[in-house]
Amino acid sequence: MATARAVRLTVNGAPYEGHVEPRTTLVDFLRGELGLTGTHVGCEHGVCGACTILLGGQAVRSCLMLAVQADGADLMTVEGLSPEGQLHPIQEAFMEAHGLQCGFCTPGFLMSVYELLEHNQNPSDEEIRQSLGGQICRCTGYQAILGSVRLAAGKLQRARTAGEAR
Amino acid sequence: MKPPPFDYVDPSTVGEAVSLLKQHEGEAKILAGGQSLMPLLNMRLARPGLLIDLNKVAELTYIREADGGLAIGAMTRERAVERSALVESHQPLLHWATRFIGHPQIRNRGTIGGSLAHADPAAEYPAIAVALDAELRAVGCDGDRTIKASDFFVTYLTSALEPTEVLTEIRLPALAERSGWSFMEVARRQGDFALAGVALTLTLESGGECSAARIVLFGVGPTPIRARQTEQVLIGEKPGEKLLEQAGQKAGEEIDEPLSDIHASAEYRRHLAQVLTRRALAEAVTRVGEAD
Repeated sequence: MATARAVRLTVNGAPYEGHVEPRTTLVDFLRGELGLTGTHVGCEHGVCGACTILLGGQAVRSCLMLAVQADGADLMTVEGLSPEGQLHPIQEAFMEAHGLQCGFCTPGFLMSVYELLEHNQNPSDEEIRQSLGGQICRCTGYQAILGSVRLAAGKLQRARTAGEAR
Repeated sequence: MKPPPFDYVDPSTVGEAVSLLKQHEGEAKILAGGQSLMPLLNMRLARPGLLIDLNKVAELTYIREADGGLAIGAMTRERAVERSALVESHQPLLHWATRFIGHPQIRNRGTIGGSLAHADPAAEYPAIAVALDAELRAVGCDGDRTIKASDFFVTYLTSALEPTEVLTEIRLPALAERSGWSFMEVARRQGDFALAGVALTLTLESGGECSAARIVLFGVGPTPIRARQTEQVLIGEKPGEKLLEQAGQKAGEEIDEPLSDIHASAEYRRHLAQVLTRRALAEAVTRVGEAD
């Protein structure tokens, strides 16, 4: 039973398959087996948030899940935010508002922000802090990240309005 | 920082899980939300031979009314508790306290049963369970039994569950009429484990005297601590400012040997217990009758 098991799942809309020992964490599976290295490994005990991905639309720590638990799951990672060569409005906002420097924490932030803005289109500063309090950044001092989230909310709001106007 | 090798099974029923626990007694460990166990595995502080994953046991996820109170399945995610209109109306103390558990990403996976079974004395749910006089249902090979929350937490990270038992449900009785509640904790950063906290309920007679109180301190000892002497200060009296001062004082004194560690000294924990108890009592008084 410690032998490799097949894991079949959907990531960013595409089907993937791998074979791993039960002890392989989901983040190591995504990076090592599937080559999706956008998700980063930080503390490996759930406190830094660098490994955050979306499982069925919910932000989770992929370092605290086993790959075998994701069999049959529908995941979204940072690679799924936009097609190759383009940026999602949230990514644009982070770029414009200097929400990243080294970028190591950024994929985790982006996935948490994505979940936040899916459920709350106009979050208050307090709501943004509550949602992102579990993501650690060493570079920015966080203020620029708050600004990026506000900017992203505005961009998504405008895109929605433009879409409705058509 | 990678888990040691282990075998893994993901049963679909409680019965299967219990059989597996019995079959592999001593070697098996239940995996629920993983937000406490996975860090232990990643740091190799735990080395179970077999992991029994409950995430496919659908029968353990529910929130429903039961005998005027609530019954919550052990695998119910903390985030579901947080978002439940039923919990908000029936158990506002549980609902409010849930937001203090870690961060949303933790609550998306963490489960109420997992939190209780893990029995971290600085966690929110164990204290809430004691404050609300909850009953916990455990299923083993010989059948099921009900364990009162006050008997459930034995010491650090140790519950009254037998190694071959699965926690399946928590039952929370309805608050009595003319009751108020409060929950407060102090942590260095939002989402950290509490340095100290209090969860309490109290009931006032129509004349204003306190007829019942359950005051639970957490983060200050090896389990949630029922501050019985502090409760006695209140019973039969009208909760005015001076009385609440006395109650707070008693709460600070009542803790046997407050935990002293790198996060806070025993002295500071006593002080926090005192201040938080006084403030929480005042808040609970303002809430009396809100839920009626």
